[in-house]
Amino acid sequence: MAIIKTENLTYTYSVGTPFEKTAVNNVNLEIEEGELVGIIGHTGSGKSTLIQHLNGLIKPTSGKVIIDGQDIWSKDVKLRDVRFKVGLVFQYPEYQIFEETVYKDIAFGPKNMGLDDKEIERRIYEITDLLGLGRDNLKKSPFELSGGQKRRVAIAGVMAMQPKVLILDEPTAGLDPKGRDIILEQIKEYHRKTQSTVLLVSHSMEDVAKFATKILVMDHAEVFCYDTPPKVFMQADELTKIGLSVPQVTKVFLALREKGIDIRSDVYTTEFAVKTIKEYLAGHRRSLNA
Amino acid sequence: MLKDITIGQYFPGNSAVHRLDPRFKIIITAVFIVSLFCADNFLGLIISCVFMLISFLISKIPLKLMMKSIKPIVPIIIFTTVLNLFFLDGVTLFKLGFLKITYEGVRTSIFMIIRIIALIMGSSLLTYTTSPITLTDAIERLMSPLAKIHLPVHELAMMMTIALRFIPTLIEETDKIMSAQKARGADMESGNLMQRAKALTPILIPLFVSAFRRAEELALAMECRCYHGGEGRTRLKELRSTAADYTALGLSFVFLDAVILMNIIFG
Repeated sequence: MAIIKTENLTYTYSVGTPFEKTAVNNVNLEIEEGELVGIIGHTGSGKSTLIQHLNGLIKPTSGKVIIDGQDIWSKDVKLRDVRFKVGLVFQYPEYQIFEETVYKDIAFGPKNMGLDDKEIERRIYEITDLLGLGRDNLKKSPFELSGGQKRRVAIAGVMAMQPKVLILDEPTAGLDPKGRDIILEQIKEYHRKTQSTVLLVSHSMEDVAKFATKILVMDHAEVFCYDTPPKVFMQADELTKIGLSVPQVTKVFLALREKGIDIRSDVYTTEFAVKTIKEYLAGHRRSLNA
Repeated sequence: MLKDITIGQYFPGNSAVHRLDPRFKIIITAVFIVSLFCADNFLGLIISCVFMLISFLISKIPLKLMMKSIKPIVPIIIFTTVLNLFFLDGVTLFKLGFLKITYEGVRTSIFMIIRIIALIMGSSLLTYTTSPITLTDAIERLMSPLAKIHLPVHELAMMMTIALRFIPTLIEETDKIMSAQKARGADMESGNLMQRAKALTPILIPLFVSAFRRAEELALAMECRCYHGGEGRTRLKELRSTAADYTALGLSFVFLDAVILMNIIFG
């Protein structure tokens, strides 16, 4: 059964004013449990609005949001419980930190869930280790930490709630390439360990290609496609038309094919590219020798 | 929810009223308010209102928008009306128990209703047709003589401009922080007063932190561009008064004179 399902989800801002704008238009989605979904799209394509629907922060203008088989806007569902089930990490989450110590800040979410102190402590240690924050940092004020560490504290605050679905809105924005890789790697590790569903909004096709099991492309408030990375990147032309691009390695392989070289085009990570080229060359040599 | 708050209610347009020099607009509004309070009979009041209504028509501000600015003062209007209606002595028109309505009461009530509505409409017209930034600019210019007695006029205007500029930013920021904390299960809607006040901490602290951060960044950016206060500072957009501005100002005085004349004739 799909953990996240939307039915004709539509959201319009400022209805009845000159500023009226449809941010999400008739979205029908089904995301299976355990998936690591990369969400990609232009600024203003409706990504952020869509994900805020999934934990009930925004009420749809029309349509349904069904989480774990429950319509979250039906009367007998408490939105707070939905938010514990679907954890959302906003863009620049370090700006929401407020407690005196790192420990207390991470504990804020779990405490709101009503967990006991022992369980909270266990979860905090677990997540601190996973994110490599260092247990001795827990007693420090979060405002003393570096930018990248602050971001991880904020992400830890949501991960510690152990939601069934974790949604991250551009968790790597504003970080240097190394910090970016570290955080993405840790999110992947979190996904592997918890077997939960993770949705990751990103601008970078490269990042998404490296990690996602499924890719959701948004364009002009609508779902452009939702499929596995190879199938999405096969539509290179269509993606370019809507102003997105495929990863650079994929571009290289498409260019090779255009030159008449018979090589596969569903290559989207550097590692796989190396392997493919080696295979191709080996095959080429064999045919020359023959 | 927070997005609905409007501070600085500028309604963009390109009417003659919009184009008037903001300094003149402020003075004209002041003259209009004086005339409104000078009037002590209906004829004077109507003359004063005609001036404002003509400006309103020229400005092409939708009536609906104007109604919106009158709405918040409806309780005040009702309050003064009730006071005037029942507590003024004079010729009794109607009596019910200890309540009586007098001719003078009715007359004064209507007079006050018109006066209050006209007052709000007139001052709203100023803010509807002038952007907040232009307005502070004009206030700075009008107050500039006070710099001679060492009042930091420029600095005050700059602070006002910055404050106005950051209101929407802070509202947006508050909205974001609230959503983020709600996503972590913060409960802001239930509990008693103490619990609710406590629930504000996760919002206020990040908000203050970001406000200070922004202030520091802005100060740095201003210093990088050699900002050193008002002395010797020139402007990109100089306010220039045209014949139209003087004509409008003259007209407002003509209406004020007419109101005073009515007072003398009927007073």
